[in-house]
Amino acid sequence: MATLELRNVNKTYGTGVPDTLKDIQLAIKDGEFLILVGPSGCGKSTLMNCIAGLESISGGAILIDGDDVSGMSPKDRDIAMVFQSYALYPTMSVRDNIAFGLKIRKLPQAAIDEEVARVAKLLQIEHLLTRKPGQLSGGQQQRVAMGRALARRPKIYLFDEPLSNLDAKLRVEMRTEIKLMHQRLKTTTVYVTHDQIEAMTLGDKVAVMKDGIIQQFGTPQQIYNDPANQFVASFIGSPPMNFLPVHLREQGGRVLALLDSGQARCELVLGAASQGFDGREVILGIRPEQISLGAGEGDGVSLLRAEVQITEPTGPDLLVFVTVNQTKLCCRLAPDISCQVGDTLNLQLDPARVLLFDAQTGERLHLARHAAPLQDNVAHIAGR
Amino acid sequence: MTSRLDKPAISLSRLAIHAVLLFAVLLYLVPLVVMLLTSFKTPEDIGSGNLLSWPAVVTSIGWAKAWATVSGYFWNSIMITVPAVLISTALGALNGYVLAMWRFRGSQVFFGLLLFGCFLPFQTVLLPASFTLGKLGLANTTAGLVLVHVVYGLAFTTLFFRNYYVTIPDALVKAARLDGAGFFTIFGRIILPMSTPIIMVCLIWQFTQIWNDFLFGVVFSSGDSQPITVALNNLVNTSTGAKEYNVDMAAAMIAGLPTLLVYVVAGKYFVRGLSAGAVKG
Amino acid sequence: MTTATAQLRASPLDAVQRWLPKLVLAPTMVIILVGFYGYILWTFVLSFTTSTFLPNYKWAGLAQYARLLDNDRWWVASKNLLVFGSLFIGISLVIGVLLAILLDQRIRREGFIRTIYLYPMALSMIVTGTAWKWLLNPGMGLDKLMRDWGWEGFRLDWLIDPDRVVYCLVIAAVWQASGFIMAMFLAGLRGVDQSIIRAAQIDGASLPRIYWQVVLPSLRPVFFSAVMILSHIAIKSFDLVAAMTAGGPGYSSDLPAMFMYSFTFSRGQMGMGSASAILMLGAILAILVPYLYSELRNKRHD
Repeated sequence: MATLELRNVNKTYGTGVPDTLKDIQLAIKDGEFLILVGPSGCGKSTLMNCIAGLESISGGAILIDGDDVSGMSPKDRDIAMVFQSYALYPTMSVRDNIAFGLKIRKLPQAAIDEEVARVAKLLQIEHLLTRKPGQLSGGQQQRVAMGRALARRPKIYLFDEPLSNLDAKLRVEMRTEIKLMHQRLKTTTVYVTHDQIEAMTLGDKVAVMKDGIIQQFGTPQQIYNDPANQFVASFIGSPPMNFLPVHLREQGGRVLALLDSGQARCELVLGAASQGFDGREVILGIRPEQISLGAGEGDGVSLLRAEVQITEPTGPDLLVFVTVNQTKLCCRLAPDISCQVGDTLNLQLDPARVLLFDAQTGERLHLARHAAPLQDNVAHIAGR
Repeated sequence: MTSRLDKPAISLSRLAIHAVLLFAVLLYLVPLVVMLLTSFKTPEDIGSGNLLSWPAVVTSIGWAKAWATVSGYFWNSIMITVPAVLISTALGALNGYVLAMWRFRGSQVFFGLLLFGCFLPFQTVLLPASFTLGKLGLANTTAGLVLVHVVYGLAFTTLFFRNYYVTIPDALVKAARLDGAGFFTIFGRIILPMSTPIIMVCLIWQFTQIWNDFLFGVVFSSGDSQPITVALNNLVNTSTGAKEYNVDMAAAMIAGLPTLLVYVVAGKYFVRGLSAGAVKG
Repeated sequence: MTTATAQLRASPLDAVQRWLPKLVLAPTMVIILVGFYGYILWTFVLSFTTSTFLPNYKWAGLAQYARLLDNDRWWVASKNLLVFGSLFIGISLVIGVLLAILLDQRIRREGFIRTIYLYPMALSMIVTGTAWKWLLNPGMGLDKLMRDWGWEGFRLDWLIDPDRVVYCLVIAAVWQASGFIMAMFLAGLRGVDQSIIRAAQIDGASLPRIYWQVVLPSLRPVFFSAVMILSHIAIKSFDLVAAMTAGGPGYSSDLPAMFMYSFTFSRGQMGMGSASAILMLGAILAILVPYLYSELRNKRHD
């Protein structure tokens, strides 16, 4: 087990090509589970390859347990990796696949057999040991790939989108298994995925990446509740956060945002006034589950009447789409609410949860919160 | 290509199709049949009969005489072909492995040069090659021919293996490197065991090319070191004495049988080799 | 249990590993650069010298090329190549495509038939040439067979007719190569998207029309590959000529490859021979470069 630190890591493939990784800084403690998440092409797989030593870095340092391993070859870094395509050696049996790395390291045969048995028991693949990878299902191959990594008892485990090739049901099962294994073995792990649900459920720390830059590094809750910019806010959460263009106004020491649903208007109180917000056009972000039904008529404070345009019953929720500020707004309501297209709903947006983003840069704008938070007069539906 | 739902009906058009195909089969087989028939006749029989007439007496004197003339050269061909095939295949495998999985700066350019090299007409290198062989003391030797065949077969064998290895996901090599395996270990323990199909293709392709070669044989060897193709040509095209077509045909069969046999036995690999060569780039 | 303690510097063995791929490829790189490109350059240089029986390096300018262009035999060889090449490519394509289309109709014993069509490719051109030389033998070959079968007065003396001997080469070459073209197109036909065919059938088109207007046009890349390969075979044709006609009668069935060999090694005209080799290379480049160029352009469009 080991700590991992990345200091100012840069990677470029040559002049004239934009840097693949720019100034990556992160550190995780012994036994922590780090998730690298982001869209395709954001550099997460490249970063993982650099940590593993499969690719060299152009600048900065990678430290494992405080030692700079940036110049070392993969096999000396004591790292094991589980690949998206499992990468099992097709002409060898499962046993030989697991034992391969140990044989190279010249472990005595008895020790190898012991390790294989231990790992096979842990992953429940004892009955598969004599088979070849071609004879295994996707889920079984996944376990063997994990077994190969576990047998090495490395300092750090790397997972490169290991669940992407599995079907949805199997993915959920394996996700839980990985989490259980991590709880049991307390291994330092770096896990790459593009699936934000995996990011939220598996990680102790999450790094959201885009275009080779870490957009935000923090715990899943921090990423979810306190995103640093619009990209992070939109990337995590399903259904995704709503973004409305709003016009801000200052009045009576408070900042107000104008919402117009076509049927009604309201001015949402966002917080204490500060410089430069008056007359500004910004992006207002609010998650679907942070919108609820309000009782009573729209009182122009935080309740908004709006006409339902689309309803999507998903089973556990009812998603209702309305239009506010000429933008589609998704609201996540309880499934037993009866509601049809054309109905008018009273929607309540919680100003304490509302986020503001700069319209040009997408950076998060912070306001001093209003001294007395508004009361919730409707029970919030539990999220997720 | 016709919709899978149709059942082939017995119709006039299908009969016509079968007739044409059958006719073509006959056309392709006729030369072989004629060669065989002629080889088993006596010269007088050949003179009095025609191409497809059955031998008055089925005799193997043509074969005996042909073998007596060309057997030495037959063994020459074996001595040339077998080492050349093995060496060029082995080198091709290693090269293909490097080009597919260990790319470095310039390796793609080199691959382009290699690809281009597959097209070159050998006439452009014959002279310098013969000078070099002379300087190396290998002129008119079997070893010299082996060297030439290896050198000029490398482009193709490397191409075969490289195109095959490129389809192997490189996650496999990454996993092996993380497991601690080095360059040769990965090749020997992982890649090579997966290579059986392409090794077969390469061996058969190279065997056919090298055994059937005439140009290198006639330029780089003479007298006792000649391969059988050259010997056959000499035999058939000598204008002294009466032509003995039965001997000529028997000798042609002897020259052609090895590759023909390989084709019949392992034909599908041969076809794959042809299409691997055809689908370039 | 764990391996060596983490080192702070890469071990020297790592450096070897990094160089290993380059080391392994190096001999081949040298061989290719020297044996292919180096030698081509050498031949190129020789074509500008006055070499005859032995190489010398006295500058001769374009004299050898001039002599080539002045040489009747070279013109005959070049013209023969054009005639032979176009007939060979054209007829092989037609036969190959036709057989492929017919075979695509889900015939019984398709594999067996395919094997028969392809076996000539396994033979040396010398064997092919020898066989066809006998078959086309004036007086004892096919013409005698035809006469014995009732076609009186059938004569087939193309082999000794200076104006027609090239056609004999074409026949033998087509026999050898058309099976391969068939195989290429059969593979191509099998790869055609079924839904296009069904759409055309629903539109009411008949099967021959579908092939002609829908399927074959979509096989254009296969056509190009086939033409490339056939051209390559045609330009390099040496074995076939040597076996069938040795360039004769006279030099009426000569081809550039034969010319080059003859002048370089038999007649002691290395300079001229080298020049002819370079011209052959030029011919191949003239076909190859536009093809590669259009391929690269298409790739960029995708």
